[in-house]
Amino acid sequence: MGRVEGKVAFITGAARGQGRSHALRLAEEGADIIAVDLCGQVDSVPYPMSTPDDLAETVKAVEALDRRIVAMQADVRDYAALKRAVDEGVAQLGRLDIVSANAGISSVGRADELSEQTWRDMIDTNLTGVWHTAKAAIPALKSGGAGGSMVLTSSAAGLMAMENIGHYVSAKHGVIGLMRTLALELAPHSIRVNAICPTTVDTPMIQNDATYRLFRPDLDNPTVDDAAESFLTLNALPIRWVEARDISNALLFLASDEARYITGVALPVDAGTLIK
Amino acid sequence: MGRVQHKVAFITGAARGQGRSHAVRLAQEGADIIAVDICGPIPGLQYPAATPEDLAQTVKEVEALDRRIIAAKVDVRDRDAMKQAIDAGVAELGHLDIVVANAGICIGGELADITPEVWNETIGINLTGVWNTVQLTAPHLIAAGGGSMILTSSAAGLKGLPFLSPYVAAKHGVVGIMRAAASELAEYNIRVNTVHPTGVDTPMGAGDLNNALGAGIQNHPRIAPMFSNLLPVEITAPVDISNAVLFLASDEARYVTSLAMTVDAGNTRF
Repeated sequence: MGRVEGKVAFITGAARGQGRSHALRLAEEGADIIAVDLCGQVDSVPYPMSTPDDLAETVKAVEALDRRIVAMQADVRDYAALKRAVDEGVAQLGRLDIVSANAGISSVGRADELSEQTWRDMIDTNLTGVWHTAKAAIPALKSGGAGGSMVLTSSAAGLMAMENIGHYVSAKHGVIGLMRTLALELAPHSIRVNAICPTTVDTPMIQNDATYRLFRPDLDNPTVDDAAESFLTLNALPIRWVEARDISNALLFLASDEARYITGVALPVDAGTLIK
Repeated sequence: MGRVQHKVAFITGAARGQGRSHAVRLAQEGADIIAVDICGPIPGLQYPAATPEDLAQTVKEVEALDRRIIAAKVDVRDRDAMKQAIDAGVAELGHLDIVVANAGICIGGELADITPEVWNETIGINLTGVWNTVQLTAPHLIAAGGGSMILTSSAAGLKGLPFLSPYVAAKHGVVGIMRAAASELAEYNIRVNTVHPTGVDTPMGAGDLNNALGAGIQNHPRIAPMFSNLLPVEITAPVDISNAVLFLASDEARYVTSLAMTVDAGNTRF
């Protein structure tokens, strides 16, 4: 008996990285999956974003676990598309219990140097996209009548300041505020809402030259090892980064009935970044 | 393969209630247990104290799961007895990986009515007892190359629940112990977190404690809603706290440290 056996989970940004890991971890424990991803590029993002092939790989991996998955390309900035995806997924899989608002982007620039477009893309994706996800999913969670669990992906940067990513810090702080309000509004329906706040996770979002340069502005062409020294200083525990599966394990706990009375929590999976 | 297979957990206040539930839940997932409890009367307690029979029942339930358990009658305020129980348990079971500082008392009353004795009992058990637990177990976790400590605080460790002033002070202090220990022990791969329950269905909730709180509420009805939960649930079960302890104890949470984890049905957000 899996820890989320028989439940259905809606996951945004599921083509790769943390989103794919979440889909697999929940499927391993018995859930069926509704997966969406942009599968395309945002111009202000300085690293290659996911592709349709990535999403197809997630589908294959979930099906290999003998679970069902409904996958669609959808942009979290587009509420109507997201709503269609949720409704289609629920129509096919019969219910909705778990929501993982995971889709997010990263880009870099000091606050006085960010272009208006870069700011807007960030807020539209990492904050408004989370609200769209919640808004699209809430009716199905409520109509199930059995409650549910919504997990919003924030960041250690949702609880602390970091230089050179003011737009990201703002969006991720906003996610915490949204989580707290949703927890209040949805508690009467036994729908729990929590956030996860990761430190640096070993995914394509951080394993790229732009992120290496963010962490090592002193070097012209920093390598992963150069950046790793800097990642290490971010964490209190003696590690460079955490794995996507570490975030998925926290998500699984919050999504499962083991956490049936946990709501309104900002859960850091941050190797102690916030205490430094 | 259990989620804490082959690990050894030290649990205080393990005779009954949340402590017994933690022992059983961790044993279900493969851990061996070192259990201590005062198993005796505490002056001023408004509900029946745990007994040696209670601790024997915990032993029976863990052994029924085919796990090993070493149990001893120990007061968390007695450092010599604590050290002896911890060292003997580790010697017997081989190593220590998980520490659950769960032992606690709760004595209610309005600020003016709390006696210095009640203050001292509460701070001694709920705060100094936790510090004793952390300090005396840390060398064993360091020797094991890492580990996880879970300190039981309370919703009252994050908000000023009324008519429980010594309890609120001690439980807030537990968060301070957690944060300092998390900082100091991170370099040894030791994680330290707190759990913060709302009302849990245990023997602590039976008897005159509820009457003391009820009297306070009657005299000060404006702050009565502070005891309300956000989720439509009046009381949680010990296993709900144990599930959070299990998550934090397991390698699933290997990068979670210095977290005050509420298991409070939203009480602190109400």
